[in-house]
Amino acid sequence: MSSASNHTWNRFTLAQRLARFTVFLGFAVALSASLRTVEVIPEFLYDAPTQVIDLLGRMWPLDLSYYPGGIHDAMVETLHIATLGTLLAIVLAVPVGIMGANNIVRLPLLNWLAKLILVSSRSVNSLVWALLFVAIFGPGPLAGTVCIGFRSVGFVGKLFAEALEEVNPGPVEALTAAGAPWPSVFLKGYWPQVVPAFWAIFLFRWDINVRESAVIGLVGAGGVGMVLDTALNLFYWDRVSVILLSIFTVVVLAELLVTKIRKHII
Amino acid sequence: MSAAVSQKYGPPFKTNWWVRAGWTLAFLYALYAANYLDVSWVRFIQGLGNGGQFLSEMVPIDFSRWKLLVENLIETIEIAIIASAFGVFFSLPIGLLAARNLMPSWVTWVFRTFIALCRSFHPVIFAILFVKAVGFGPLAGILTLIFASIGFIGKLFAEAIEEISLKPIEALRASGAPFISVILYGVLPQVLNRFIGFSSYQFDANLRNSTMVGIVGAGGIGGTLFAAFQRFDYDFLATILISIIALVMVSEFISVQIKKVFQ
Repeated sequence: MSSASNHTWNRFTLAQRLARFTVFLGFAVALSASLRTVEVIPEFLYDAPTQVIDLLGRMWPLDLSYYPGGIHDAMVETLHIATLGTLLAIVLAVPVGIMGANNIVRLPLLNWLAKLILVSSRSVNSLVWALLFVAIFGPGPLAGTVCIGFRSVGFVGKLFAEALEEVNPGPVEALTAAGAPWPSVFLKGYWPQVVPAFWAIFLFRWDINVRESAVIGLVGAGGVGMVLDTALNLFYWDRVSVILLSIFTVVVLAELLVTKIRKHII
Repeated sequence: MSAAVSQKYGPPFKTNWWVRAGWTLAFLYALYAANYLDVSWVRFIQGLGNGGQFLSEMVPIDFSRWKLLVENLIETIEIAIIASAFGVFFSLPIGLLAARNLMPSWVTWVFRTFIALCRSFHPVIFAILFVKAVGFGPLAGILTLIFASIGFIGKLFAEAIEEISLKPIEALRASGAPFISVILYGVLPQVLNRFIGFSSYQFDANLRNSTMVGIVGAGGIGGTLFAAFQRFDYDFLATILISIIALVMVSEFISVQIKKVFQ
């Protein structure tokens, strides 16, 4: 009886507590080491508010008359790059996703290869992809479209592979038992089960791609980013603010549209 | 027999004309957009030739300037660590103030707008503005990624708080606990695990993004990468790209381990 009342209850074992402590300690050490060695000039930070006020002063009043002639066409181009790039990503991601789903392709080597493709696509930033394709295809929307496609494959392919792995095997087994050829098994067994996930992934990625295609023009890959780059280089800050405002509007509209469609189809 | 069955029930897999029309429309759109953007097969084939040359200039990769590479990678990691730490630090209160089940609506409205504003611009745009505000160098990169982190984790954290069970909070309030205790003993224990998951994910994202902010002059390896591009230094470029991919993979591995510790 007395032993029960003396017993102290611990939520975690000693090993768990040590592991947690190690993580926190490692993080604290890394943070303090970074703060000590990073080359930050504090005077620049104190000066920042003045500079920001100066910047805002140059951005105001907005040069709204620049939109019809200078921005509108580039904005339409941006939306086309985002949409076409997402379609390209799907075309590329379906085979890679199938290859990465370990319940469809049962060769670990191919699964691993697909994972490698997907990870590389995601680790390289969209601007770096854009630089690569500008070097290959020359400046313009072609480089931008291919860049958006290659950048999105990692995201779309990973989620598509995960959706395929969670498929209920019943219909697939039924079709295989009835002697259906492989394309029919895929189209009638797997596909109907992953269609909602597929469209959700498409919409989600399209929303991200609208944001990304607005900036890849900074390195020459077409769209509204190229207009932004010109305005920045010429210090037309009143035009920069109009461009930023129009990007903001389009991004918000795209997000609203995606939310609305998602509610409708899922 | 089979004919009789199909007469009675129709074909087993009915044709969905809406879906077919949708795919046709998507295909037609792709043709139209490709035409609009001047994306043509000829240019694509031409580009493939360039791409082959580009790849051949990348090998063998050039490790002779490893000192510069390591210095830049360390700066990139430092930017990511500092930005994640401050980003998480600021997202905690912002996420809490944006949670609709704990705060009055006029407070959540303000903070939700702020989070939406942080999310709606690509980090590169923030980087450009911060380079103008605080000059070239890692400080601009750190500030950029702090805002990007607030936009991402602030939102996820607010959503996590909105999903908690309100029973412990009701109990704490009924026993007269002050607000701080309600947060510390009622809210935090329910969301800490998820919050550490979001934070380690955001660290990975910051590491990836800090390779990019350098392109506009905000510090880290991006600046060297961009310079290598402009000087057609493709063998060094390949070295940088491979080390970025390796760095991201190592960091993803570490975050998986950290998440295991806190599960």
